[in-house]
Order: sequence, then structure tokens, then C-alpha cells
Amino acid sequence: MITRRLLLTIPILVGTAVIVFLILRLVPGDPAGAILGANATPAQIRQVRIDLGLDRPIWQQFGSWLSGVVRGDFGHDYITNQSITSEMADRLPVTAELAGFAFVLAVVVAVPLGVMAAVRRGGWVDGIVQAISVITIAVPDFVFGILGILLFSLVLGMFPASGFAPLGTSVALNLHSLVLPAVSLALGLAGVLARVTRSAMLDVLHSDYVRFARANGMSAAAVVFKYALRNAAIPIVTVAGLQVGYLLGGTVVVEQLFSIPGVGQLVVQAMLNRNYPVVQTCVLIFVLAFILVNLIADLLYAILNPKIRKAA
Amino acid sequence: MTLPDLTPSADTAGGPPPRRGISLRMLAHNKSLTAGAILIFVVLAVGILIPLLKPGQATALHPNASLASPGGSYLIGADQFGRDLLTRVAQGYRISLAVSAGSVALALILGIPIGLVAATGSPLLGGIIMRLLDVLMAFPALLLAIVVVAIFGPGTLVLLLAIGIVYTPIVARVMRAAALETSRDSFVDAARARGASYWRLVFRHIVPNSMGPVIVQASILMGVSVLLEAALSFIGLGVQPPTPSLGLMLSTGRDFMSSSPWVVADPGIAILIMVVGFTLVGDGLRDWLDPRKRAIAR
Repeated sequence: MITRRLLLTIPILVGTAVIVFLILRLVPGDPAGAILGANATPAQIRQVRIDLGLDRPIWQQFGSWLSGVVRGDFGHDYITNQSITSEMADRLPVTAELAGFAFVLAVVVAVPLGVMAAVRRGGWVDGIVQAISVITIAVPDFVFGILGILLFSLVLGMFPASGFAPLGTSVALNLHSLVLPAVSLALGLAGVLARVTRSAMLDVLHSDYVRFARANGMSAAAVVFKYALRNAAIPIVTVAGLQVGYLLGGTVVVEQLFSIPGVGQLVVQAMLNRNYPVVQTCVLIFVLAFILVNLIADLLYAILNPKIRKAA
Repeated sequence: MTLPDLTPSADTAGGPPPRRGISLRMLAHNKSLTAGAILIFVVLAVGILIPLLKPGQATALHPNASLASPGGSYLIGADQFGRDLLTRVAQGYRISLAVSAGSVALALILGIPIGLVAATGSPLLGGIIMRLLDVLMAFPALLLAIVVVAIFGPGTLVLLLAIGIVYTPIVARVMRAAALETSRDSFVDAARARGASYWRLVFRHIVPNSMGPVIVQASILMGVSVLLEAALSFIGLGVQPPTPSLGLMLSTGRDFMSSSPWVVADPGIAILIMVVGFTLVGDGLRDWLDPRKRAIAR
């Protein structure tokens, strides 16, 4: 099953590469014109087109772009003329830290709440968890971010309203600057995960083997954590993996709101500046991250479920 | 941005729903559906009526009413240009509803035939379609929308197109799963045995009995597209000023929120009401169409 899953990833990767490559070709106007600005002479434009390789057939352009990407060379920024690879090396860790922080927060809060809601189904904990999760799912992360800035930065002065302290300068300052952005990103994910955990646990808690374990006199905690949660884990892992896509999309908006120098901020700036090679690279990196996370989720199935492990 | 179940899951792609009429009694038993329907009714009422009552107020400037606090003639306050926030929220609702309804309609128009072909066409064609959809599904929704905006440039119509394209693979997958399920039913075999043509089988038997999960998904997608529209407009890649949009109002309101919190609270709460409404309607429809799920999950 794992080998099959790995093989299925290959056409997705190729398809993604084709789409991402085509973005630059489908954009109206000439990249050379975009680089040189409105006052360029036709001769200058011709020269830049040759420099960029735009005069070659499209499949050759795709080939050289793809071979660059495979070697980690994403080309050059139209605006700064820097290598995009080195820009990514600065920005990718920032986004990865933000998304990772938010993901861990969401899982640590949502899974226990979902379990409690399922175990005490219909009780007040269940009611509160369900109501809060509907709201956190419905409110966009940047609204949470704005409200958080209003309350915790402007009124209480607990956290900075914007900006980012690099991990290199001080770990404490770095985490402090990421609390508000990470919490605003995590809330929606936590709402989804709490709902999924609750409904997966309810399915499992009604199964025969859980009833049998209870009848055998096993303690309630052991039944919930050793039997039920482990069996409910697969839908939770699946949804968590898929939701990482929305988390990555969320970093785009939240980095913009809090002025965090990550890939998400870069992709918006690049879009507004018509800096298409950078847009291309950022989109490619987000898609690769999403595919990778879901591959990891699939590999986790094998760890969680011995049946899948044996089949593999 | 984290969004509710966008992916076709087991619960949205269930078997053929039992046919049922909509009755008041059903509404009374289904709290999610009732609450959601009330919220959507409020959104529609505000969006349709307020701009009619106060024509032109959404963009009319009143410098001496700049940042007027809620109450009096500015029921929920005014923005930095003295524009009435209630009419701006109402106009924002109109844009939101138009973009959501348009994008979901586009996704249904494209996704339903694609899903049907994938389910009922040759296995080879079905396989190719599904792999192509896999590629599109590998793009996080907001990123795919950004790609479409990159190609066509920002604007309200492009936003509709972008969100519609993001949703097409989702609708197609749900349609395919539901149509596959239905086509295994014995009444389809019976119709085939009677000599029904391919088109009659698909449109008379499979489609009507597979629409339940698609309708549920469409309702959930309506709510999600409100979020996507707001997020894209917030980062400057969606609706362009001076058109009022809830996301844009949040973005420009940030500069004034410490002295006048209502400039961000109003559009924020407006989005909340709308998305909770569509989410609850989706949940309620799911319960109604699939009572088995209700027995387990509620």
C-alpha cells in the first residue's frame, strides 16, 4: 500500500510542475516587458528574451526550468535579481516554524477536547466544545488575528502587534513574537480537529470490542486511551493532513497581517509586483509541502494500524 | 486559513438519500438546519433591504461623521470617511453572496458532468480524470485561487472564477462517489434490463438519486467561499476598492481599530454570521439526508 501510494505521488508531482510552469506562460504580457518596464526599446526586450531563454520552444524551456528545480535552482527574482533559492532559504524556515507551531497547538488542544466531548456526549463539555468549534471554523484566521492584536497588543500589551524576532537572536523573543499569529492560525484547525476527534471517538466507543473491554472490567481511562483513541486515530490523522493545506494557505494571510517575513508574505508581494518566477517558486513549495505532509499521514496509518503494516 | 471539511468524505458521499418532502415538522426537529436557515435569512434580508432603504450610502463620504460611534443614524458606526458601516456591510454581503453563489454554481456546472463521466464512462477515462483532479486537489485552496488571480489579474469576476475552479475537483469527486454508489443499486439494474438508454439511465435514474451529497457539499462550499473571498480581498488580491467587501473593510479598518474597534468588529461579526449560517445549513442537510450518520454523530 505504501509503495503504491509513493508511486501515485509521482504523476501528481509532474502535473503540479506542469501547472506551476504554465502560470508564467499564461500570464498576459511578456516577462521581458515586466522586467524592463514601460520605457524599454524593442531591441532591449529582444535581448532580455534571449537572456531568459524565452525564444526557445516551450518544451525546452520547461525542461531547463525543471532540471533547475530538481537541482534546487529556482531562477532569479525579477525585482531584486537575487537567486530565489537563497531567498527561500531565509523565508522557508520562518513559515515552517509558524505553521508547525500552529499545528502542534491545534492538535494538543483539540484532540483531548474532542475525546472529552465524545466520552461525555450530550453533557456541558460536549455542548461547549461543539459551539466553540463551529465558531472557530467559521471565523477567518485573520479576523482572530485582528481581534488578538486589538486585545492582547493594544489593550493588554502582552504580545507585539507585528514583526518577527528571528530564532537566531533569541528563542524566547522568537516564540513571543509568534504566539498571536500561531494562535490565530491554530483556532480554525483546532475546531475542525475537535469535531473530527469527537465523531471518530463516538463511532469507536459504540463498537463491540470497546463494550467487550468494558465488560471485562477494564478501567474507563484504559478503554478510552488504549482502545478507542488508537482506533479513532486514522480519520483524525487523515483530516489533520488535509487541513495542513488550509494551514499553509492561512500562513499567506497571517504573515501579511503580522508582517512576518515568510514565504506567504513573499508570494503576496510578488503577486502585487508581477514578480512571477517568485510566485511560481512559492506555489511549488507550498504544494510540495502539502503533498509531503499527506504522504507522512499515509505512512502514519501503517504505524497506527498493524493490519495496514502487514499488508505492506 | 483553516476551513471545514472541503474534502469529499464518507459522510458526504453516502448512499442514495431516501426521498423526503420538506416540511415544517422536519425543520422543527433539525436544530442545525433551522438555526442556519434563520442566519442566512438575516444575511439575505440585510443584503437586499438595507441598500434599498439607504441608496448610495455605502460610498457616500461624510467627513464630519468620520469614525462616528455606533448608535443614532449610524446604527453600527461609520468608517474613517464617515461612510455608514451598516450599508457597507450590506453591500459586502451582496458581493460575498454573489461571489459564493456564482463560484459554487460554476463548480456545479463543471464538476457534476466531470464526476458523472468519471463514474459512468470508460474506466480508463475515469482514471485519467481522477488523476487530473488529484493534481488540482494537491494545491491548497488559497494558493490555487492565487494562481488563477496571477493569470487573470485581481477583480470581482476573477475571484468568482478562481473560487469556482478551486471547487470543481471537490464537486466532481463527490458527484463521482455518489454516482458510483447509485449505479450499483438494483433499480438501476432494473432500468437497464428494461432497455433504458445510457442517457436515460444517467439523467432519469442516477443523477436524481445522487444529488443529496452534492447539495450538502454545495452548502458547505458556500460558507467556505465566503472565507476565501474575504481572505483574498484582505490581502489585496480579490475585490478592488472602492467596491465594499468584508475582507477589504477588515484590511483598511486595521489602522483605526485601536480608537474605533467597530470598524473591524462589524465586518468580522458579519462574516461570522454568514459562515456559521451556511455551515449549520450544511450540517443540517447532512443529518436530514443521511439519518444513519445522525444516529451516530448526534
